[in-house]
Amino acid sequence: MMMKTEAEHAELAQDFNKDEERVNWHDETLWWLRQKRDRIAHQIPEWEQLRETASTIKGNVLSNLSAYLTQFEEKAIANGVTVHWAADGAEHNNIVLEILKSHGVTRMVKSKSMLTEECHLNEFLEQQGLEVIDSDLGERIVQLAKEAPSHIVLPCIHKKKEEIGELFHQYLGTPEGNADPQFLTETARQHLREVFLTRKAALTGVNFAIAETGEFVVCTNEGNADMGAHLADVHIASMGIEKIIPERKHLGVFLRLLTRSATGQPITTYSSHFMKPNPGKEMHIVIVDNGRSVQLGRADFRNSLKCIRCGACMNTCPVYRRSGGHSYHTAIAGPIGSILAPNLDMKEYADLPFASTLCGSCSNVCPVKIDIHTQLYKWRQMIVQNGYTTTTKKTGMKIMNTVLSSPGAYRLGGKAGRAVLKYAPFMVNNKLNPWYKQRDMPNPPKESFGEWYSKNKGEGKDKA
Amino acid sequence: MKVGLFIPCYVDQFYPGAAIATMQLLEKLGVEVVYPKNQTCCGQPMANSGFEHLTGGCNSLFITNFSEFDYIVAPSGSCVLHIREHLHDDANPQLASEVASKVYELTSFLVDVLKVKDLSARFPHRVGMHQSCHGQRGLHLSQMSELVAPEFSKPGYLLNMVKDIELIPLSRVDECCGFGGTFCVAEEAVSVKMGKDRVADHLQHGAEYITGVDMSCLMHMEGILHRQQSKVKVIHIAEILNGQAEL
Repeated sequence: MMMKTEAEHAELAQDFNKDEERVNWHDETLWWLRQKRDRIAHQIPEWEQLRETASTIKGNVLSNLSAYLTQFEEKAIANGVTVHWAADGAEHNNIVLEILKSHGVTRMVKSKSMLTEECHLNEFLEQQGLEVIDSDLGERIVQLAKEAPSHIVLPCIHKKKEEIGELFHQYLGTPEGNADPQFLTETARQHLREVFLTRKAALTGVNFAIAETGEFVVCTNEGNADMGAHLADVHIASMGIEKIIPERKHLGVFLRLLTRSATGQPITTYSSHFMKPNPGKEMHIVIVDNGRSVQLGRADFRNSLKCIRCGACMNTCPVYRRSGGHSYHTAIAGPIGSILAPNLDMKEYADLPFASTLCGSCSNVCPVKIDIHTQLYKWRQMIVQNGYTTTTKKTGMKIMNTVLSSPGAYRLGGKAGRAVLKYAPFMVNNKLNPWYKQRDMPNPPKESFGEWYSKNKGEGKDKA
Repeated sequence: MKVGLFIPCYVDQFYPGAAIATMQLLEKLGVEVVYPKNQTCCGQPMANSGFEHLTGGCNSLFITNFSEFDYIVAPSGSCVLHIREHLHDDANPQLASEVASKVYELTSFLVDVLKVKDLSARFPHRVGMHQSCHGQRGLHLSQMSELVAPEFSKPGYLLNMVKDIELIPLSRVDECCGFGGTFCVAEEAVSVKMGKDRVADHLQHGAEYITGVDMSCLMHMEGILHRQQSKVKVIHIAEILNGQAEL
């Protein structure tokens, strides 16, 4: 069981890599976004200062979180909004269910909320006999495919347009073989319009919750969140406790960073402010902890809560681009997901901090300067110290340590290693050695540098 | 100036040429170089696997071997970064941090400490420069493409002193090659794919050689080049700068 957990990302990534053409296309699509991000960031001379400012604001938020949350709640209530608190995903789901039940609603429209993915809200409501339709185009596509989003900003980035055409043919009755993006988008638009007009309840995520005013801001490109929320009688907004920013003026910093980092656009098409319900309607905010306060208490990892969910770390991650979002088997994939998930379940996600070369590109693109790759390293230590590693690995590391701590053993081991490579290459050049599967071993030199040095350099001429 | 030569274990065992070039280059530049023969490994393979708590032996060995020197120089960004960030000794933390602060990667030692202005080296080939992540993003040997900040490159500055060398451009200037220490076997599929893509970028731009400051990345890319039966070779930057490489 533990073996399986540890190897999970590697195995799923290997599956993804069976189709190299798809990997190339996935890699190039996301790299294109990384380049767009670079181009637009370079148009702002104070870009690095902006990142620093955002990081500092979020640092302040994390240090004063309870005060800001209380302030936000007071203001929101004064605005006429009902505020709910949920300690975990199950509480969140039950709160949503109760709100829907109390209005006799059995069908809900939902837009762009990674938090509800984290809480598995759709599955829960479906088990209770309620229907949820995701209105974000990408999320609707993965919902039709009965899959999870593979990217927090581009949920169906792993799907090619031909596959989307097939799904639409199957579920929305488009002609077979039609994969024209414009045609498919128009089909989705018509399909969703009916959904918007007939649903009495809408759930959205929250990008920023402003403590000063009690309002929240939802950023989308498609405007579907607005369509859902404005047409429904009940608007439920689900937010993690870390979504708070202190004042309205801070929004400028984050809106400038968010979409430039995410997709290389100057700003999202819609940055909608929600403050109070329209007359005769209801607005609910569900504030969710679900492990966040535990993470806040982990000194090494608390900065992960600064995340504004732009997905830039995924777009730049050379591993993510070549392993696909589903290889992370968690709601939030990629580098940020790999430092968030172990907080929720260290055993289940023990593999994720190892799904990285620690190249550090993620930390450099992060608009709130989370030290992602340093946290990946620290999670590795934490996971091993808590025993979530294999016995094989533990034994191997102990042997390695014994050899490397003793110069004599090291010299002997090195010689033996080179002899094996030189005289019996089949010993290591076989399928049991993962290095050799698609790579050759280095040619063993006739002597090590240490040996060469002893022979050629005066005082070292003693026997090695 | 007395420099302790810190040779990463896999360079010692598999790429003595890079170590010899490093030593000869430093000697040519008037530095007294000593290789403490009891050195083994910096401990990074264990630490990056989550076993930093086992690296005490490597740490004390490193401190014993190197504390006497003015500087410690290694032909590797990755091992140097590990020592800089993680060398510690509970019994003598002051000494450990002193030793850690004296460790330099070869090209940054040449540029920042020796302030080298010219080199007598010639390498009439088309060369692709691979930016190893730990050297680049960890030690800031070159500017990082993610940041909005002025360009610079210490290895590039030195390579430009080499006669007749042609540095080729790359489509992705600083993408990781996928070596990643134990990542290269634990995540074999992605590691190899990353390596293949990195190598392809160099090949598409006509490289005859791929160079860099870290032999580990180069070893990984060499393994892929060999498997593809490519004629393109990898070479440590020290061998080019030393001017003794086979032409």
